[in-house]
Formats: sequence, structure tokens, C-alpha cells
Amino acid sequence: MGNPNVGKSVIFSRLTGVNVIASNYAGTTVEFTKGYIKLGDETAEVIDVPGTYTLDPTSRAEEVAVKMLKEAISDNKGRNLVINVMDATNLERNLNLTLQLLKQDIPVIIDLNLWDETKHIGISIDKEKLEKILSVPVVPTCAISGEGIKELVTRLHEAKTGTYEYTEEERWYKVGNIIEQVQQITHRHHTILERLGDASLKPLTGIPIALVLIYLMFVIIRFIGEGLIGYIFEPLFEKLWAPVMMRLSTALCSGGFIHDILIGKLVEGEIDFVESLGLLTTGLFVPIAMVLPYVFAFYLVLGFVEDSGYLPRLGVLVDNIMHRLGLHGLAIIPMMLGLGCNVPGALATRVLETRRERFISATLMAIAVPCMAQIAMIVGLIGKYGAKGLGLVFGTLFVVWLALGLLLNSILKGDSPEIFVEIPPYRFPYWMALLKKLWMRTKWFLKEAIPYVLLGVLVVNILYSLRIIEFIGKFTAPVVTGILGLPNEAVGALIIGFLRKDVAVGMLSPLDLTLKQLVVASVVLTMYFPCVATFAVMIKELGIIDMIKSAVIMIVSTLLVGGILNLLL
Amino acid sequence: MKQGDTSTIVEIKGGYGLIKKLENLGLRPGIKITKVSSQLIRGPITIQVGNSQVAVGFGMAQKIILEQSNEKE
Repeated sequence: MGNPNVGKSVIFSRLTGVNVIASNYAGTTVEFTKGYIKLGDETAEVIDVPGTYTLDPTSRAEEVAVKMLKEAISDNKGRNLVINVMDATNLERNLNLTLQLLKQDIPVIIDLNLWDETKHIGISIDKEKLEKILSVPVVPTCAISGEGIKELVTRLHEAKTGTYEYTEEERWYKVGNIIEQVQQITHRHHTILERLGDASLKPLTGIPIALVLIYLMFVIIRFIGEGLIGYIFEPLFEKLWAPVMMRLSTALCSGGFIHDILIGKLVEGEIDFVESLGLLTTGLFVPIAMVLPYVFAFYLVLGFVEDSGYLPRLGVLVDNIMHRLGLHGLAIIPMMLGLGCNVPGALATRVLETRRERFISATLMAIAVPCMAQIAMIVGLIGKYGAKGLGLVFGTLFVVWLALGLLLNSILKGDSPEIFVEIPPYRFPYWMALLKKLWMRTKWFLKEAIPYVLLGVLVVNILYSLRIIEFIGKFTAPVVTGILGLPNEAVGALIIGFLRKDVAVGMLSPLDLTLKQLVVASVVLTMYFPCVATFAVMIKELGIIDMIKSAVIMIVSTLLVGGILNLLL
Repeated sequence: MKQGDTSTIVEIKGGYGLIKKLENLGLRPGIKITKVSSQLIRGPITIQVGNSQVAVGFGMAQKIILEQSNEKE
């Protein structure tokens, strides 16, 4: 346990070998993760919990941490212990939690993390003295490089239940007292990173910096994504995979049920990886050659931004705008994560304090923030008509995001609490950690996406061959054709969109839609409902009743926006 | 309080919840803070406390009473 952003997750990964996402901002970890460590011939369970400043929680994520502690104490057969991770560069604030922990009936060992940074910024801590005062073991570590982890492990058994005596009123006085005894600060000059840190927070310099940064992110993501597609994945599929598939197609007599499931429909005697809709053609091509490159590029860039410590600063800059939407600046974090995938985005709403904020942010994200998989497909589909179509899709979504936020803020009772967040120091991302995180997220994408894409493609084939889509299409025609101006068959995409939105966008391809219809369909597919994975997380986070409310908002706003677009364009 | 100025917190004018919340991030009477920046139109104020920086909403910041000419910030 420990304060937010002290490196608990990195320590956890070091101890257990279980990889968890770690970043440079408070609130990366919003859930607990379990892992195991071998101690001699015993195996111990290690739990990574969200950070908290106190044992009186103020947010959902903090509640999780405190609940875990309570469970560990009540279920204590004298075998549970707390590793209290502290930020050695912020000893004073961290000691507040430590003293609270020492009053709990559970053994504690202290890990003074970020030890290397104390030297750079001119702090010296007498850890022997700290150990003597608190009478629990104190181990300095540098989690990111792994220094001190061994010592931490060998001294785990020395963890002791706190005996440090103080009354509640004295706590801060005691903290000050301890600090005086163990810490010495030498003066130092501002570093370049600190100057940059201040510059990115002042409105005059901060807003241009933010705009340039966001623009750069887009350029880099597009460059890497398109590069990977154009030079690696597309040639790979066209040159190597297509001939294999053609041979298989011939072997299956170029038709029939099995052929249609595996290879799909041939377009002018050839396999079209987007339109054929076979398990081995479209089912593999969409996730690997169209979506993966963008997901990879996005997470590479996001990882860099996360680890540098920029996100909370962006939150401060956009705080004013977010207040109009009933949120505060930190809500930018779930939105950014949602751009990668709505699932972690929905989970990240836990950093927000009130139910109202979590409802607004999760609803806005699910409606107006398309995930990278969907963005990649929309870019692939509409991009060839030039920037106008893309501008229309994403411009509309942005306007919806703003308008709906304003609306929800004025309808829902209550108001948004003010931002109150720690701004972490800028750090140079550590390459190994960055790559590890990228690898984890890419792997997670492949594991989650490919089965669902395959399932989606299979369901499409079954629905088509049983003529179910045609059947449903007749019933939904008044809405799909009447209001949205799309052909009846487009309802198929709406059905599959619940499974995977990228497949759904791909299904629009063979329908020969006009640019206008493509724009309407892309916007509608983003807004109308979350995919099943996001839906499940949202039910868990919001509860069923709020999820129903959220779903009603989604459907109504989709019809409204889709209808207006259809009329205006 | 101007950017770059340092002052000592005298009092936090707020309920128990706010006092606790600020206290947890090291903002309490007797502590020296430095203003790092503020955003336009009553946006959040960033302050330096010890070795960390904290962004505080405008309304919240107004409840932090500082020493020196008793100016509100």
C-alpha cells in the first residue's frame, strides 16, 4: 500500500513477475491485481492495490485499497503483512499514511521507493534512524531499475505490527518531528524538466504546448500506423496469405457452405480481405492488418505521454471546459484511455470522486469516444475519400461529446467537485518499462480482439445464410432507412457492432454506400451502443439502473444525431 | 498572491471533509506553499508543497487563507 504514484505497481511487477500497467500519474491502478512470490519453499500471495493518501477513502479507487486492507486484517492468521511503499522524495506527506498504517493490527514493512531520485534533488534521508523511530524495517529501493528489491524480499519476514504511539491530533506534529530528525535538504537549482513542467502548466505557454503535443501525437500515430500497414501487414497478407487462401478456395471448389465460412465470398474471382467476410480472410485481416498497427502506434504514444507525467497537467489545462460538462480536468484521463479501448476507459472513471461524474464521463466516453480499432476501420473506409469525410465523422462526435456533456450537466442534480490532484514531476520514460507496457497492451488487444472478431465474422455468416439479417432489416427499415438514410442491410452492422465495432465498420464496405451514408453509419456505429466488453464493464461500474439510463441516452442521441446528419448532408 | 510567491498557510476555511482532503496532500496550517501557476477564468491553481506540486480548484484555493496581508488565494 502507499500514496498514489509512488511506484507500487512497479514494485509489484518486480516481486511477482506479474506485469501490471504502471504510469507516471496518480490513479493508474484502480483495481487490485494478485500475484505470487516464492519465499524459500513457501509461496506467498502479493496484492497490488490502488494508491491512497489516507485510510478515510475519498474515491472509488481509494475505497478498493482500504477495503483490501480491512480484509487482510480481519482474515489475519498472523500471516498477512503490508508493504508500505513510500515516495522518498515526499517523505512528509507519505508518512501521514504510514503512521495510520502503523496503528492497524497488521505487520508493516516500509519500502522507500524512488530512492535514486532523492540524491538528484538534494534530499538525504537517514534510513537507519527512520527505522529506529518507527521500529519497523525500512528498505530503500529503486523499483524501475530493480535496486533494493532483493533486500526487500529477504527482510519481508522482519515486518512488524506498529508500536509507534501517537494520538490523532498529534499525527502531523509527529510527522514533522520525524522529518526533522531523518531528513536533510540541500539547496539545488531548477532542472530543465522542472522548468518545462512549469511552462506546460501556465496558460500562455501551456495551451500551445498542449495543442502541439496533441497534433504531434496524431501525426506520429498515423505515420506509424500507416507505415506498418502499407509496408508490412498489407504486403504480407497480399503476397503470402492470399495465394494460400486462393489454393484453399480452389480445393473447396470455390463455393459451398464451408468455403463461405472460411474464405467467404469471392469478389470478381479474387479474395477481398475486407469484403469477403471469411474467418481466415477478413477475420484475420481486420484485427491484424487494419487495426493492430494503429492500436500499437496509439499505445506507444500513449505510453510515452503517460510515463512522462503529462496527463495530469493536461487535466489542469482543460479543467475549465470539463467543468461545463459536469466533470473536472482529470476526466480527460478516461477519455484518453477510451481512445485506445473503451474498456480501460470505463474502468479509469474510478479516479473521479462522485457517482454523478462517473456516470457522465462513462456515458460520454461510450457515446462519443470511438476506440482505436474503430477509428482505424473508419480511417480505412472513409480515408480514401479525403479528409472531409473523416473531419465530418470526428467533428460530429466531438460536438456530440460537448453538447451532451453540457446537457447532462444541466439536467443531472448536483455539481462537479473541484479538481484536486497531485502533479507528478516530469520523468524521462524508462524504455524497458515503456516497451513492456506496450507489449502487454498489444497482447491484451490480440487476446481480446481476435476471438471476438472471429465470432463476429462467424455470426455474420450464419445470419446471412439463414437470411436473418434480411428479415430483421424489413422490421428496422423505418428507422434505418427512414431516419438514418441507410440501406436495410446496414442493420447487420448494427447487430455485429455489439460484438466488435471494427468488424461492424468493415461490414459497411460491401454495401456500396455513398460518402454521406458512410459518415452517418460511422457516427451511428460509434454512438448507438457500447460493444459487449465495454457494456459489461459499464454495468459493473455504474450499476444496472444507471446503465439503462445511459443506454437510453445513447439510443435517443444516436437517432437524433444520425437523423440530423442525414437531413443536413 | 502572485506567481512564484511563497507564503505560509494560516487557516483552511472549510468543513471537516475539505480540511482532511487538503491535509492528505500536505496542505495544512503552518505549511509554506509557492504558487506555480494559475489558469484563466478561475481555473485551477497549481501550488508547490514541499517536493510535490498539487493542482487545486479555484473555489477550493479561495478557502486556503495565507499569511502576509491576509490575502485570499
